[in-house]
Amino acid sequence: MVAGSARDIVEECGVARFVFTDFPLGNPTGKPGDVAMQRDIVGTGLDLLERAWLPRTTVQTPYVWEADNNDGWRAHFMRVDDSNRDALAAAGEARRRDQAAAKADGRARTT
Amino acid sequence: MAVTERSGQQKNGRQRNGRKSDGRRAYRSYLSYIDKSREYYAAHGYPQPYQWAYNHEVAFTPLSKPLSECTVGLVTTSFFRAGSEPAGVPAARPKRPYAARCDDALEGLYNNDLFWDKDNTHTEDLDTYLPINRLREFAAEGRIGAVSERFYGIPTDYSHRRTQRNDSPRIEEWMRSDGVDVAFLIPL
Repeated sequence: MVAGSARDIVEECGVARFVFTDFPLGNPTGKPGDVAMQRDIVGTGLDLLERAWLPRTTVQTPYVWEADNNDGWRAHFMRVDDSNRDALAAAGEARRRDQAAAKADGRARTT
Repeated sequence: MAVTERSGQQKNGRQRNGRKSDGRRAYRSYLSYIDKSREYYAAHGYPQPYQWAYNHEVAFTPLSKPLSECTVGLVTTSFFRAGSEPAGVPAARPKRPYAARCDDALEGLYNNDLFWDKDNTHTEDLDTYLPINRLREFAAEGRIGAVSERFYGIPTDYSHRRTQRNDSPRIEEWMRSDGVDVAFLIPL
């Protein structure tokens, strides 16, 4: 049983049972402080363990992140547009320089 | 923060906020992280896109006994912060698969190095990504048999080979020795 919020990644990989909650990445089993929601999502996973009969069974929980502006977080995450294209390219350059320096120093690669 | 609504709570076909709950869209409503991340890293100057796992054949095992008799084990991609790891448990750098007591995770784990939406949420509430407390409640009520005393951590590795050949078998071995019947995998 997988609980997650990156639907395409999990479904492309293929898993037996998947409880999908359409939230920003970080809280796949419910919003912070919302015990009832966490319980419902985990409970859905338990239901799925008993009731799914085929692999790739996905169930989407009914929760929305922000009822008034539920596309805001989607538009913001990993945004690439003319306002930040130069900054992203510069960040990539800086990262490659750091990695080259780390390699030269013999430091261990980190994930 | 806005009040959470269940999308099923509708009045005359509209959500309580007055927006139409259903409608037409030219794009899927949920994010494609495969598409997003490919464009994002291309903009960083990485032309070679990440090769995501794809499996045509997917394993499936039905429960072999009632859930109320099953021990559930949790698998996370979070780690202990360096310096706060229990004895014998590896911390975040360098990452190795680990097994640790659930009781040692109740103060929270470290995941700031993972890629999640730090602008819109946080991971200060353990049960939003490692629901030890919620599962223990289900165990106390008899919905499941037990929560394994240990949970399991797996590195988010660029290499599929390391995950498949090294890390996953190690975790399976720990789960079997702990008598785990059912795995709950929760990637952040």
